[in-house]
Amino acid sequence: MRLSLSLLHWLLVLGMPILLVGTINRTKSWWVGRRGPGLLQSAWDLWRLLGKQPVVSTTASPLFRAGAYVVLVGSLLAMSMIPLLGRFAPFQFAYDFVVVAYTLGLARILLMLSAMDVGSSFEGMGAAREAAFSTYAEPALFLLLGTASAATGLSSFADVIGALHGTVHFSLIVVPLVAALLILLQTDAARVPVDDPLTHLELTMIHEVMVLDHSGPELAAMQYAAALKMTLYAGLIAALVNPFDPLVSPLAAVLVSFGVMLTVAVVVGCIESLTARLPMRRVPAYVLLASAAALLSMAIVGFGVGAR
Amino acid sequence: MATGQSLVLCDLRQEAPLALSVFIGQCAERLHAGERLLALFGRSEEGGGIRATAVFHSPEIPARLTVLRGQAKAGEHYPSLTVEHPAAQSLEREFWEQTGLHPDGHPWLKPIRFEGARQQQMGEYPFFRVRGQEVHEVGVGPIHASVIEPGHFRFMCLGEKVHHLEIQLGYQHRGVEALLLGRSPWSLTPLVESICGDSSIAYAWGHCAAIEALADMPGGLETDLLRGVALEMERIAIHIATLNGLATDIAFLQGGGTYGRLRTAIINATQRLCGNRFGRGWLRPGRSRGLAAAQREELLKTLRDFAQDFAGINELMLASHSVRARFQGTGTVSETAAREIGLVGLVARASGIAIDARSQLPGRLYDRHPLPMLTESGGDCWARMSLRMREVEASLNWLCALLGDATLDLSTRHAQHAQPSTTPPALRPHSLCVSLVEGTRGPVIQALETSAEGQLLHYKVQDPSMPNWFGLALAVRENEISDFPICNKSFDLSYCGNDL
Repeated sequence: MRLSLSLLHWLLVLGMPILLVGTINRTKSWWVGRRGPGLLQSAWDLWRLLGKQPVVSTTASPLFRAGAYVVLVGSLLAMSMIPLLGRFAPFQFAYDFVVVAYTLGLARILLMLSAMDVGSSFEGMGAAREAAFSTYAEPALFLLLGTASAATGLSSFADVIGALHGTVHFSLIVVPLVAALLILLQTDAARVPVDDPLTHLELTMIHEVMVLDHSGPELAAMQYAAALKMTLYAGLIAALVNPFDPLVSPLAAVLVSFGVMLTVAVVVGCIESLTARLPMRRVPAYVLLASAAALLSMAIVGFGVGAR
Repeated sequence: MATGQSLVLCDLRQEAPLALSVFIGQCAERLHAGERLLALFGRSEEGGGIRATAVFHSPEIPARLTVLRGQAKAGEHYPSLTVEHPAAQSLEREFWEQTGLHPDGHPWLKPIRFEGARQQQMGEYPFFRVRGQEVHEVGVGPIHASVIEPGHFRFMCLGEKVHHLEIQLGYQHRGVEALLLGRSPWSLTPLVESICGDSSIAYAWGHCAAIEALADMPGGLETDLLRGVALEMERIAIHIATLNGLATDIAFLQGGGTYGRLRTAIINATQRLCGNRFGRGWLRPGRSRGLAAAQREELLKTLRDFAQDFAGINELMLASHSVRARFQGTGTVSETAAREIGLVGLVARASGIAIDARSQLPGRLYDRHPLPMLTESGGDCWARMSLRMREVEASLNWLCALLGDATLDLSTRHAQHAQPSTTPPALRPHSLCVSLVEGTRGPVIQALETSAEGQLLHYKVQDPSMPNWFGLALAVRENEISDFPICNKSFDLSYCGNDL
């Protein structure tokens, strides 16, 4: 049972990045009355990049090329501990969320280092922005996990998220927690209104500017890793609201998670279609909203609101 | 001196040129009296001297263009006008670059576009340096992401904040002014249309008007009407392109999608009228292409459909809080600053300065069919965006009123010079003709001087972008560097118009 669930989990981990990006793009196209690219377009783009000979700046050190793969492997490693289907993850142990957070942190450091490695002023600027904004995002994740942990009394990532729907606080804290995760998704996966993945304006970019000098397979690794992060947060939302236990009713759990993740992509696409990007100076406030939402749910759990 | 308000024709035999010191002295007097210096240029003479020309816009009623002529020896120095009138700074720099006459005391004497022998020294641009531990420099361009023209932007930043921006242009320098002297004045229009490709009509109109004035064959009101229609079509198309860019730059998806579609409607209509989406070949000196009744009807219908969709998307854009958050208070140029540095055209109007040649130098056409003078007071990106929307609306109303007026005959049956002559008439000898057309960005000025044989001796082109680039540099000061692209787009200046 666990083995087949693990296989399904990895299938989603590897496939959803493509499908989520496709869904967002199709949603945006729908809003402006275009047909839009196929759902699997980003897979073809990655395939095209894999066939290319990378061009590496003469000022780059070996760290530059290695960085991309560390980012990819780090993200995949984190995905092994992230619940997507409900109360289940292939690797699960007490306080594994600390490992998840810092595996992602390691990936982020390598992303920033390889950006700064080429010595371009744009990429330094992008790395500085990434460092600043992820600092604002980090408390939200831990407050959120603390909340879930306090509410469930459990200690592994999959348990605290997957078992939350059984707690008395769930109906009160689900909205702020989903909102917090959505903002984290927009921040970490570089989506509007925090960042704009489609822009060509180097001076306004955050994530894209850090991969400006990457090309070929390294660029593919970076882009896939960014889409993986989106899958990570969409998956967390899915696991959070999924009422089915994958170990009891696997089919229902998988279908619900799959549906919720696609819904998240549609919501992200709608937000991107209806609002403009935030001014850079307002991004920290927006990202801190995630922490505020998580703090609110922590207060609800802490003061026992909703519990009899 | 004959004056058609936005055009002035001088007989150069009547007045002797002034000595340089007198010339500059009179320029300073006029500037003190509140006249605006529109152009300052010179050409080398055979004996090694320099013949200088200054064009002024005199505000007295009725407003008109006036010309001052001066003479100097090569390498002469003169007291810089910029010291007291910063608005003259770019004109004096260009004057220095093209003639070698040295403005003493000019605070910012740097090449405008690295013309002639300087072209190989573009790497040695004397950038202003901001020193300090916290200062970092960001250089962008001359090659940019996306398909835009080349130009180098050097930002001196404190963190995310821009302390100083310096813009180095000249990468598009094609030697236009020299090229224009190389062939018959009657076959120059295709070249003139490509000086600044998105202002083909404005340039072509000014050129045609000047050639026709020099050849003593002025067109009728009907010709002006048809050229006016072409100019407003161009204005609508280019303003929409800018609005599209603004929406795309802030990732406002619906704006980007809709403006792009709307622009296509306009430029396709232009293509149906003249065979080219950017209006090339529409205007030719001594000729006018009439609008058949069916064409007129179709154009009117296109514009009316367009007006409806345009109003809808503008409403969406203006009502969106996220759009407002990006544009309001971003890239502000105060009215005082705009006046001091001599901004022109739309950018000046967005800072509250009422200058528009269509209202101030209306001539025959705009006297009878006036367009409103539109200004905004904010001076920020928001003001420039909303002014573009309002200008498009005004142009639409003007076009619809004109095309819908059954008493106006636009078919050129009565045009005075409709029949093409086999031998083009000669130009007046010893004359200087200055024409001014209010294009999308502002006044496009062209000055043509003829020799004793009626050959073109000098062709000076002045794009509104040249004085306005400095305004952009000023606008981004103390703004976030990430807001530079929207500031740049809201100005939407021309690189090739500046570089010539």
